[in-house]
Amino acid sequence: MALDLMKDARIRIFIGHYGSGKTEFAVNYAMKLSRQTEGVSICDLDIVNPYFRSREKAEMLEANGIEVISGARGHNINLDVPMVSAGVLAPIQNEQRQVVLDVGGDAVGARVLARFAAYFKPGAYDMFFVLNANRKETQDVQGVLSHIRKIEDTVGAKVTGLINNTHLLRETDINEVLKGQQLANDVSKASGIPIRYISALEKVTRQLPNDLEGEIFPIEMYMREAWM
Amino acid sequence: MAKVLMKGNEAIGAAAIKAGCKYFFGYPITPQNELPEYMSKEMPKVGGVFLQAESEVAAINMVYGAAGCGARVMTSSSSPGIALKQEGITYIAGAELPCVIVNIVRGGPGLGGIQPAQSDYNQVTRGGGNGDYKLLVYAPANLQEMVDLMQEAFDAADYYRNPVMMVGDGMIGQMMEPIEFREMPSRFELPAKDWATTGTKGARKPNVINSLFLAPQQLEDHNIRLQAKYDAMKANEARFEAYNMENAEVVIVAYGTTSRIVRNAIIDLKEQGINVGLIRPITLWPFPDKAFDLVPETCKSLLSVEMSMGQMVDDIKIASNGRWPVHFYGRSGGMIPTPEGVMNKVKEMVGGAK
Repeated sequence: MALDLMKDARIRIFIGHYGSGKTEFAVNYAMKLSRQTEGVSICDLDIVNPYFRSREKAEMLEANGIEVISGARGHNINLDVPMVSAGVLAPIQNEQRQVVLDVGGDAVGARVLARFAAYFKPGAYDMFFVLNANRKETQDVQGVLSHIRKIEDTVGAKVTGLINNTHLLRETDINEVLKGQQLANDVSKASGIPIRYISALEKVTRQLPNDLEGEIFPIEMYMREAWM
Repeated sequence: MAKVLMKGNEAIGAAAIKAGCKYFFGYPITPQNELPEYMSKEMPKVGGVFLQAESEVAAINMVYGAAGCGARVMTSSSSPGIALKQEGITYIAGAELPCVIVNIVRGGPGLGGIQPAQSDYNQVTRGGGNGDYKLLVYAPANLQEMVDLMQEAFDAADYYRNPVMMVGDGMIGQMMEPIEFREMPSRFELPAKDWATTGTKGARKPNVINSLFLAPQQLEDHNIRLQAKYDAMKANEARFEAYNMENAEVVIVAYGTTSRIVRNAIIDLKEQGINVGLIRPITLWPFPDKAFDLVPETCKSLLSVEMSMGQMVDDIKIASNGRWPVHFYGRSGGMIPTPEGVMNKVKEMVGGAK
């Protein structure tokens, strides 16, 4: 069954431990969403990372009809300045737009979201915690819950779904994904937060059993050059 | 041990702590900030010290002090920050102290930019500081190699009583890769640090850490001793990897992440009937001169591929000693060479696709 991303709330926020694959997932999500609807905006709110931010893929995203909003001085990747364009408010306020908020890692990266918290009313937003069980600080339930709590406290909004994005880049096999799924299940049980998506490269998702909690979300590696 | 996914800068910190690093002094600069950040979180957990100094100059002089006490100590920075540290680095080399310095290279000159580059080649191999000194310089091409080399970097620093530099272009610092922390047997038998200033307890003469020699003959003797050490490093520490050398008509020399781009180009060129080899220096100093003895008779020319404007070409010319013409292809300023760009240059050299 095809994924229906319009089931998610209009404002989708992607948060998590840094290095867990938020940007890769957010860019994939925006690309898929743009095939299902018009009016997609992706806002790159990452002010803690200098490389591998969604603005690097602005050209590709814009060619697919996606509006890209990042720094106040455009998508310049050489600017080492922690600033966010005021333009982010436009798609957040405009109920005709479908919004993807790609946020920097950890609570420190999520701090920028607190400024928009007034718009994150129950039902109006989804905040997805992107989980990679192969990252040092999110290998067990306690580590994941600690990150979730710190980010929720910083943003002033609750996480509404988990995304199992457990991988080892090109070395990923289904055992990695299933290991992450086990952790996501445990986190879900402990927190009551449902697992929303399970993401992996398509060749891996094809081998996954279909009775897992959460929808299978095949992704491409947009952020990683072929030689990496 | 199972693999974990880490960002380069974090992995450097984790590997350093595993190698016994107990002190880290640093100052923030992009694109290496995750390293001091990691150290600030992790050092206290192992009974170590993380300290953010007021400047790069202060940080390297704290390294000087800690190294003089015999501690395993590290600092890190990126290109212009490393430039600032040069005075301290030559003092540390002059005083014969061990330490590891990490340089996550960004575009230059001057403040340059924050995207990846390799334009510190001359800075790290020639030394930006004064006097006849050398650093042992490692330039890993992926995070696993970087992690594996970290133990060796600390050991070699202790063994030679000399600063060791670990160089990664910005990409090595920022990219994520799966890593396994393996036990790496030490190649060195490390003598006790009986020269360190650990307090005489009234039982011996004070140890003196110093790079000032006012008598010319003393200073010359010191230089001759240092030179013997550098000769030993040249004889024992040069490292490289050779790839696809058999029947190569062009051999590319590239290090760090650039070598990975070249490797992709080599695979694609092979499909087009052009056979290209790769010499990948793992140490930039000593430069792996012996690698060029492996260049096959079929080879007509060498090509240096860099994220800089040809800084490695001179070393390739010296090492290959006029046996082949040396060409250059590079990008700079944070622009990253593409496999296609490398392929086009090779085709231009061999007179088009076959």
